[in-house]
Amino acid sequence: MQITKHANGLLSIYFTAGYPHLDSTIEIAKALEIAGADFLEIGFPYSDPVADGPTIQHSSEVALKNGMSLKVLFEQLKDLRKHVQIPVYLMGYVNPVLQFGVEAFCKACKEVGVNGTIIPDLPMYEYEELYQHMFEENGISNIFLVTPQTSESRIRKIDNLSTSFIYLLSSNATTGKQLDIQDQASSYFQRIKDMKLENPIIIGFGIHDKETFTKATNFANGAIVGTAFVKLLAEENYLSRIPEFIKSIKG
Amino acid sequence: MSKYQVNSKGYYGPFGGAYIPEMLYPNVEELQEQYLSILEDPSFRTEFEQLLKDYVGRPSPLYRANRLSEKYNANIFLKREDLNHTGAHKINNTIGQIILAEKLGKKRIIAETGAGQHGVATATVCALKGLECVVYMGEIDIKRQAPNVARMKMMGATVVAATSGSKTLKDATNEALRDWINNPVDTHYIIGSVVGPHPYPDMVARFQSIISEETKKQLLEKTGKETPDIVMACVGGGSNAAGMFYHFLDDEDVQLIAVEAAGHGVESGESAATTVLGHEGVLHGSRSILMQTDDGQVIEPYSISAGLDYPGIGPQHAWLFKSGRGTYVSATDDEAMQAGLQLTKLEGIIPAIESSHALAHLEKMNFTGNETVVICLSGRGDKDLDNYMNYFGF
Repeated sequence: MQITKHANGLLSIYFTAGYPHLDSTIEIAKALEIAGADFLEIGFPYSDPVADGPTIQHSSEVALKNGMSLKVLFEQLKDLRKHVQIPVYLMGYVNPVLQFGVEAFCKACKEVGVNGTIIPDLPMYEYEELYQHMFEENGISNIFLVTPQTSESRIRKIDNLSTSFIYLLSSNATTGKQLDIQDQASSYFQRIKDMKLENPIIIGFGIHDKETFTKATNFANGAIVGTAFVKLLAEENYLSRIPEFIKSIKG
Repeated sequence: MSKYQVNSKGYYGPFGGAYIPEMLYPNVEELQEQYLSILEDPSFRTEFEQLLKDYVGRPSPLYRANRLSEKYNANIFLKREDLNHTGAHKINNTIGQIILAEKLGKKRIIAETGAGQHGVATATVCALKGLECVVYMGEIDIKRQAPNVARMKMMGATVVAATSGSKTLKDATNEALRDWINNPVDTHYIIGSVVGPHPYPDMVARFQSIISEETKKQLLEKTGKETPDIVMACVGGGSNAAGMFYHFLDDEDVQLIAVEAAGHGVESGESAATTVLGHEGVLHGSRSILMQTDDGQVIEPYSISAGLDYPGIGPQHAWLFKSGRGTYVSATDDEAMQAGLQLTKLEGIIPAIESSHALAHLEKMNFTGNETVVICLSGRGDKDLDNYMNYFGF
């Protein structure tokens, strides 16, 4: 499945690899696909995640204590495509990728069947100058973020550089902030929609229930739920509760 | 342009840059585009220089420490940043950044602090300008630097405890960055060291360069020669060292010595000696040298000095280290404490424990009697009295 400009109502779920247990990554991904998630972001943990709020930061701390690393994650994802067919993106910070080696990282993504990456603190100019060819040679899309403060010219540039989707942040905030479902977000979403970009738009940050999901997908091709799902993973029997969670958002 | 200064893209050799999430891009871009023209604006220069003179108390003296000189058989001068208002070099930078923030139209100031000196310096300039001030400080540092916490509160600042990770400076920096992400329009983040995304390392170094600018003039008056043989300073993130080195970078015959905190010993597992223990990576928005695991997770540093237990160094220091222009060494907690007590007894000056690390390196040097040495005495030890008392049992 590809995320296309014509798709609508797509639901993506973010969760942190190695949380709540070191080996929970694949079982959560499988359960999410079965329950109806359309694609996934699997976070690889970092010790200093400045763009994250307390919930996802905590999940990263636990995952690191559990022994998660990029090396372990790629080992776990070796059989990913035997179990999971929907698109999968890896999301994390640049320093673990630099230490793993950017080229080795792209190759490992290709080998396990990951579709793309979201690395919020990898600067666009550095991506273009040093790494773009490594991503392209391995068929890995690198996803860029757009915020309410991103200028139109920069959004156009991001659209040119993107090969999968554009990650539209619902507000300028760390993860876990509630979506402003009053009209402030609407005018921004409408402004982006009116730009008629080449790539599909997926909205993230602050999407946590049916109301916020519906609002976001009125303007975009899909939306990402992160913090609300990571909270569910802290509860007992989280696997069996995943279908109900997906239903509560998608209907 | 000096090969040791930042290039037009924000790099020092391979180090520097701006590794920030998109949420911070507009703020950082605004600074990148405006900082040089604001700093060169005559109205900025006039106000900056006047405040440094009348409010901070500059120029700070360059004091020939006679008894220390005799003990080590060298001409040792102390650049007395401890005599600045608020007790450390940090105020040079916060004065500069608060004027800049005003010119950018910002209404709210945030900062991170380790020992509390930068937090106090930020709270001070916010009081001076009547701006809202929020200071993030590690929960552990709040406990070990109580007088500075009280000072910040007296000046009207809100002190917020950083409770994640090691609960020290690194985590306070993360929290401040998060605040900035969530308040992108009206808030200016006053970073206290030569770290962070471009242009912070260069901007902070420029504000601190007053230290070496004055030193050159004062040395000329006192010795007839404006360059010493050696300049030394302690390095956590490295702002006092950056200021102490700034105008000597291209005087290649001046040896630049930076002293890191070795904690309980470089190999003890409780250390902050970044150039020995670290390798290249990205932290807090720039590519530099940092203490990290093979997987790229940041290792918690340790030092008795709250101002030095930071797991990285500024990108300019990484470049001075890698290029060989600077000599990077370290001093343990014990060596620093002894050096601090020695200066107190020999010269009647109680240094900040941070500065004591620079002083401690004297013990490892062999002088012939002809060398002129300038040591940046970055701060005074009043804030560290509890630490000194506990350590020596006074």
